[in-house]
Amino acid sequence: MKVVVTAQTNSLDSEIDPRFGRCQYLIFVDTETDSWVAVPNPALAEPGGAGIAVSQFVADEKADALITGNIGPNAARGLAAQGIKVYVGSHGTVKEALAALKAGQLTPASGPTVKRRSGM
Amino acid sequence: MKQLLILSGKGGTGKTTAAGVFAALAPNKILVDCDVDAADFHLLLAPEILETHDFDALPGAKIDPGLCNGCGICASVCRFEAALKQADGKYYVDPYLCEGCRVCVTACPAGAISLVDRLAGQWFVSSTRFGPLIHARLIPGEENSGLLVAKIRQVATQKANEKGYDLIIIDGPPGIGCPVISSLTGIDLALIITEPTVAGKHDLERVIQLARHFNIPVQVAINKWDLAPEKTDDIEAYCAAENIPVAGRIPFDAELVKSIAGGKTAVEAHSGPGTEALVALWENMSRILQNKSAQNQ
Amino acid sequence: MKLAVASGKGGTGKTTIAVNLARVLAEEGPVQFIDCDVEEPNAHFFLKPSLDTEREVSILVPVIDRVLCNGCGECVKACAFNAIAVLGHKALVFAEICHGCGGCARVCPTKAITEQPNRLGVVSTGPAGNIFFVEGRIDVGTPLSVPVTKGARREIKEQDGIVILDAPPGTTCPVVAAVAGCDYVLLVTEPTPFGLNDLKLAVELVRELDIPHGVVINRADIGDQGVEEFCRREGISIHLRIPFERQFAETIAHGGLLVDAFPAWRPKFQALWHKIQEEVTV
Repeated sequence: MKVVVTAQTNSLDSEIDPRFGRCQYLIFVDTETDSWVAVPNPALAEPGGAGIAVSQFVADEKADALITGNIGPNAARGLAAQGIKVYVGSHGTVKEALAALKAGQLTPASGPTVKRRSGM
Repeated sequence: MKQLLILSGKGGTGKTTAAGVFAALAPNKILVDCDVDAADFHLLLAPEILETHDFDALPGAKIDPGLCNGCGICASVCRFEAALKQADGKYYVDPYLCEGCRVCVTACPAGAISLVDRLAGQWFVSSTRFGPLIHARLIPGEENSGLLVAKIRQVATQKANEKGYDLIIIDGPPGIGCPVISSLTGIDLALIITEPTVAGKHDLERVIQLARHFNIPVQVAINKWDLAPEKTDDIEAYCAAENIPVAGRIPFDAELVKSIAGGKTAVEAHSGPGTEALVALWENMSRILQNKSAQNQ
Repeated sequence: MKLAVASGKGGTGKTTIAVNLARVLAEEGPVQFIDCDVEEPNAHFFLKPSLDTEREVSILVPVIDRVLCNGCGECVKACAFNAIAVLGHKALVFAEICHGCGGCARVCPTKAITEQPNRLGVVSTGPAGNIFFVEGRIDVGTPLSVPVTKGARREIKEQDGIVILDAPPGTTCPVVAAVAGCDYVLLVTEPTPFGLNDLKLAVELVRELDIPHGVVINRADIGDQGVEEFCRREGISIHLRIPFERQFAETIAHGGLLVDAFPAWRPKFQALWHKIQEEVTV
């Protein structure tokens, strides 16, 4: 499974970035091999619609699941259309969140957790 | 950390005057001026600017007159009526009307249109006698004030989290449009300052609707209440019916205007009935915010 | 003759000046009044029009035919606003971010995109005595106001005498939409550092737009000399000074007109108009 985690810096020891559209980094992890790659958020400087642009990016990267802090209604709608599982309310480091996911301790969100533009 | 936003719907109701008093009285806070369009908070705060950052708008279209053949396709595809014919038959793009959609760039058969960066304004991190101030200046005529509001709020939140500030006090923009929507998201309490006039009440109703749309708790204060006491009663009756608390009444006080003229907040300048009411209003706000913090713990 | 009444700062009495001027001028000839303060339109309280016609203002937003869409993503590349994405193999539209430019529909290779109106607000028209009254009003929660302002301005009957436009406060794009193409901008301010600061921004804007302009100072006797000095230095005429009077405030609070309640002010508004006309013809 390919999991993407929003992160404040570009390592597995990074704190999770609670924002989705305006997160600093996206860390893609292959849960079978534990190989990972950190990518700077390509939509960080977008004037608007950052959550949608990041949704498009993680969909193009064929991620199966997302771990983040909060998610707005537009991104929630987009990720649901793509069939990406969304785990919200996560905190601590990327490593800890991945461990929690593997241990089955995370529950997928069913809708947005914040209003539009909250990550700005 | 809590965020208090001061709004008005109608402009000129005394939003910034109240924000000035709150700035002087609140401990451990960051101040933000989200009225980026006509920023006035700094006039009371005399900020020393520590950082200046450019703020870019969406790139806009520009036509190279050397390549334009005057075919007019740009004008026919532009939904914003921004591509205009000049006297010489060639076209130009009015930067005030262009929204940066790029449709003309791809449509132009002569390849004469390109995108150019546009500076929309600047934002500043400053220090004041009451603590840090994050503020901005939009170039007159520019768009995207909502985005600039979002930007300075993001900077303020980051600073508050890093440095352990308890409160962000935000002087909001007038109206109910894009910058107000940007100001409202994630706010813990919105104080709406209104005035007892038909226009004030109408605008109050619209800004309350907007705050409800975003699920933001609202309190109302009526400035210059004694200029039309029946209208004040009218507004208070409306608030009661809508279940919105009225946090204070501020009497008309010409001395408040004079304090502004001296570049001071009302509490620093004098102690008249207007100032006393604003101090009481702050005490009210402070108590509500403390209760909210207590509930969260 | 199109006259816009504007102010950098809100609450300076912009609408008060606009409606009183309209009332006085309407006695002499046809006047059209356009309330362009579409976020908070207030002029109707004073001129009390019977608004008998309503027109919705909308922009065209894309609608995806899910059968024709092959998820190629050309629309995504065309959109400058991130209002469209290909998710779940089909294009998905986020209408509230869309500016209605039509770019996506133009590039779609399978013709899967049609466009349908998305409402932003409403323009109402009707008579207010012998004034033809137009009001633009955005729906609460709508971030786009410029199309509604443009919609209100489209109601202007070009051949018909004087047009007074009540602009929104501030100096950004909605103000440009209201004042662009006007023959004169009257800037209403108050004599405080707030009023002066915002007046300077407004002057910067109207100079950039190259529109002749003059100033009215409201509540002229409470405050300081900053605005007077600025106007003198910059060569901007101050056409009218209105003092603060509790009675004026009360009249305005209840939706009354100064020229009706205090007939002594009628000639002053007439004189204001003559001064503006002189500057326009020069």
